[in-house]
Amino acid sequence: MTDRRGTPRTTLSLAICGSGGAGVMTAGNMLLDAAARAGWYGLMVRSSGPQIRGGEAAALLRFAPHPIDCLDDRFDALIAIDWQNIHRFADEIPLDEASLIVADPDQGAPPEAYLTRGARCVSLPLKQLAKAIPGSWPNMVALGLAAELIGVPAEAVKQVVTRSLKKAGDTLAASLAAIDAGAKAAGEIGAGLVLAPPPPRSASRWLISGNEAAGLGAIRGGVRFVAAYPITPATELLEWLAPALPKVGGVLVQAEDELASINMAIGASYGGVPSLTATAGPGLALMTEALGLSVAAEVPIVVVDVMRGGPSTGIPAKSEQSDVSIALWGLHGDAPRIVVAPNSVADCLTTTQWAVHLAEHLQAPAIVLSDQFLGQARAVADRPADVAFIGERLTASAGSEGYRRYAITDSGISPMAIPGTPGLAYTADGLEHNERGIPSSGAGDHRAQLAKRERKLVAHDYGGQWADVEGDGELAVVTFGSCTGAVREALARARAEGIDARLVSLRLLAPARPKLLSAALDGVERVLVVEQNQSGQFLRYLRAEFELPREVASCRHPGPLPIRPDEVYRRVLEWSRR
Amino acid sequence: MSPRKAATKTSAVPRRKARPQLRVVKPARRVAAPGPTTRELMAHAYALELEAAERYAEFAEAMEAHNNREVAELFRKLARIEHRHAKQILGEMGWTKPPAPPSTGYRWEGLEAPETADFTALHYLMQPYHALVIALHNERRAHKFFQKLAASATSEKVRREAGAMAAEEAEHVRLIEEWMKRTPPPEAGWDQDPDPPRYVD
Amino acid sequence: MTTATAPSVAARPPQAYKSDYKPIWCPGCGDYSVLSAFTKAFTALGLAPEQIAVVSGIGCSSRIPAYVTSYGFHGVHGRALPAATGLKVARPDLTVVAAGGDGDGYSIGGNHFLHACRRNVDLTYVVMDNHVYGMTKGQPSPTTEPDWVSKLSPAGTGLRVFHPLVVALAAGANFIARGFSGDPNGLAALLAEAIRAPGFSFVEVLSPCVTYRPEQREWKGQVRPAPVGPTDDAARAARRLLTDDGFNIGVLYRGSRRPFQPPVGKSAARAAELEKAFEI
Repeated sequence: MTDRRGTPRTTLSLAICGSGGAGVMTAGNMLLDAAARAGWYGLMVRSSGPQIRGGEAAALLRFAPHPIDCLDDRFDALIAIDWQNIHRFADEIPLDEASLIVADPDQGAPPEAYLTRGARCVSLPLKQLAKAIPGSWPNMVALGLAAELIGVPAEAVKQVVTRSLKKAGDTLAASLAAIDAGAKAAGEIGAGLVLAPPPPRSASRWLISGNEAAGLGAIRGGVRFVAAYPITPATELLEWLAPALPKVGGVLVQAEDELASINMAIGASYGGVPSLTATAGPGLALMTEALGLSVAAEVPIVVVDVMRGGPSTGIPAKSEQSDVSIALWGLHGDAPRIVVAPNSVADCLTTTQWAVHLAEHLQAPAIVLSDQFLGQARAVADRPADVAFIGERLTASAGSEGYRRYAITDSGISPMAIPGTPGLAYTADGLEHNERGIPSSGAGDHRAQLAKRERKLVAHDYGGQWADVEGDGELAVVTFGSCTGAVREALARARAEGIDARLVSLRLLAPARPKLLSAALDGVERVLVVEQNQSGQFLRYLRAEFELPREVASCRHPGPLPIRPDEVYRRVLEWSRR
Repeated sequence: MSPRKAATKTSAVPRRKARPQLRVVKPARRVAAPGPTTRELMAHAYALELEAAERYAEFAEAMEAHNNREVAELFRKLARIEHRHAKQILGEMGWTKPPAPPSTGYRWEGLEAPETADFTALHYLMQPYHALVIALHNERRAHKFFQKLAASATSEKVRREAGAMAAEEAEHVRLIEEWMKRTPPPEAGWDQDPDPPRYVD
Repeated sequence: MTTATAPSVAARPPQAYKSDYKPIWCPGCGDYSVLSAFTKAFTALGLAPEQIAVVSGIGCSSRIPAYVTSYGFHGVHGRALPAATGLKVARPDLTVVAAGGDGDGYSIGGNHFLHACRRNVDLTYVVMDNHVYGMTKGQPSPTTEPDWVSKLSPAGTGLRVFHPLVVALAAGANFIARGFSGDPNGLAALLAEAIRAPGFSFVEVLSPCVTYRPEQREWKGQVRPAPVGPTDDAARAARRLLTDDGFNIGVLYRGSRRPFQPPVGKSAARAAELEKAFEI
């Protein structure tokens, strides 16, 4: 790691692509694992064509000696095992004159789209190299090459590969040899890339995806019943929970559709067991009726919505932040509910756990707006701290006559009788009801119950979790969810240019906290709202619910491409100069 | 309308293929077998009155909930009367608590005891006269039931007892008929409701 | 197998299971008798009211949870079975009964009906079938005769009726019976048996609607005890049910599938142990 490698970089981005069983994802995951073992932070995002098998695929990786929550504006290197349909990823793998493409000459020329900004091309006969080692694969060569290019020690890579290919013998030996071959080839390229050395490890670190983190957060929060219906990109969350729940005495049941899964979860919650389901936009649309039932009958439930390109079937495997409107306003009737949004992979754990706590405490539905980017990205993160939110449902203890399930209280929260408790039997009902739970169409009862359900959410003290508020300045950037990482980086760059700007990343979207946001925006004259959707759903929400300063601008575009730090940085720069 | 039909059907021979028999474990006996004992007879009599009382009480609740107070009160009255009959039987037999049902179950001819009103006979707009028509139908059936029991009794004692029960029921029939004479007949168009049914859910 | 508590010294009378709330059902409705049968069945089973949960959807018969003193859940249209499934799987100690009508259960709830039979969770599903959508003022339901005329079907539906018992058998229900509201005592015995039977017990109850189907008053003259006892042979049951005319009362099929109930409850592992897989 000397002169040929140039100045150590504080971040490096590398993509590996290929198709038809090239094993791109495996190579990418192994590289991330190896870098993590060697002490770096990293992030990997997958991209693929629509085919179930054999389709084109790209592993997008980023590494740094500090935690990373988003992809960079560009890639330093692209390693192509082949080029079949790889032009599809050109938008997602921005290259420039400082970028390097390493490709197999036998697979044809790189698509024009990758060469427009003058990336340097280097040929490497990956397939031939692999063929020379019987039993090895081109992706192993690529893995060795990639690791060596960015400075991840071969030892770490080999440990990862050895652990994965548990059946030792020829395949393992061949793979290890292929890695060596790739590393050797890297040495001959002179890429000039090297990662700044990793910091000493101070805390425990994890390698985890947002979906897994959300599952773990749910369990930490006390969820012990999950009803599941598969949907991209939420399926992995459910699949992680399936074996995990029984270990802690819980259970996951697969349902026949989303109508069943949400109703099953509500039924289980009615029985006193904190419950959850996870879905994406189309599933959430089906669940809206039952969510209304959860509101009206005051039965807690958590739904994780891993947002994807919409509307309708949309773009299932791509991220977008376009379920804000349905989450906030998609229920019929006046139906207050909790909506929270994690803003990093690790935060998927904490915010889902928080959602369970809120749902249980407030006896209401909580929607967790995650997205495909967070859900399916694997990241190296510091172990999320143990937080004290454990779901606490206010339950009624066995008593005598006169129990009123929906009693009007100051807090709006009324004790819930758990089936099995003598003397307190009641019927939970979606019909409007009086304090005893008896159906009522009376004006007094309706107003009282509507006010109760609103008050219990609005009067609650949500604490510091409601948002991340960082920095100072007259300009503020307000965002939520997966855009937060890019905004944070953009503002760090702006700060380096002497421009101070504030970041407000909302974690609590509903109920809105206008007073808190006004305090966070004290002294701010200009607000830039950043979101990943076409119509500005988040902006519309901010305008509807909050007092905003005079000047408000929007930085947005829909998926499938992420909001990148540079986009935000330029807007901040240009706006603060005016 | 059912209450009217009920009045005419008492003497009609049912056109059913077979009489539904409930919980009869053994097939109908044709060969002379021991008839009911006194205990069995009176257990049936008690159950008959009690079931009738409970059914009238249910009717009263249903009518009360539909704002038909007059008929509700009438059914409550009938329920009280039947309860009294049931109590009388306990007293006569010296029973301190209700008798257990026979091991082979009650041998009613229909699905329920003969004095138990058919639930589908109600109409939310029914008038007191209709309630009495129902009661009359029930008492007549009970009367027939005991007559039949008396005829099939194999012991003189039980025949006498069944006969006495039949006579009791005949008296009830007469009382209901008297009651009906004092009750105004239903008005024309009693079941006309200018309002259509409501959606509730 | 629902573990019924042994009847206490004084078993609760049926009245103990009836709540103070008077049904909104039209006088004459068969559901009154079904309610009565439920209370008698609970008495026979000796269950404490707090150990029972009645879960329903939307419709006239779905109002039943409020009329019993047990715990109740009045959910959304067609979704009683998933709610009951979630409740029972999470709380296997409870006796869970799902109830509703033919529209709620066989139309919008049809998909869930199939899968509940297939899943075979230990619960009981009682459908009060009156061959009509009563609550919404008289539209055809899946069990309505093809020539029945209504505002939504001015020429009749022309559709062959849905055969719930056949479908239940094919989908895997473990106990299949038909009852009649005009025989509350017989129905009570049937319900008690259904609740006792392990796995998914399905009881279709003919329950006349005097408002929209007044001709159903004739049902009492048409029903009969099933000519043969229940079979545990699915093929035999299939033949019988396919030729059944809809008026055979009694238990028609009793299978021996093991109920689906994943183990739930305390376990030695704690959430913290799940983190190990993520540690680098």
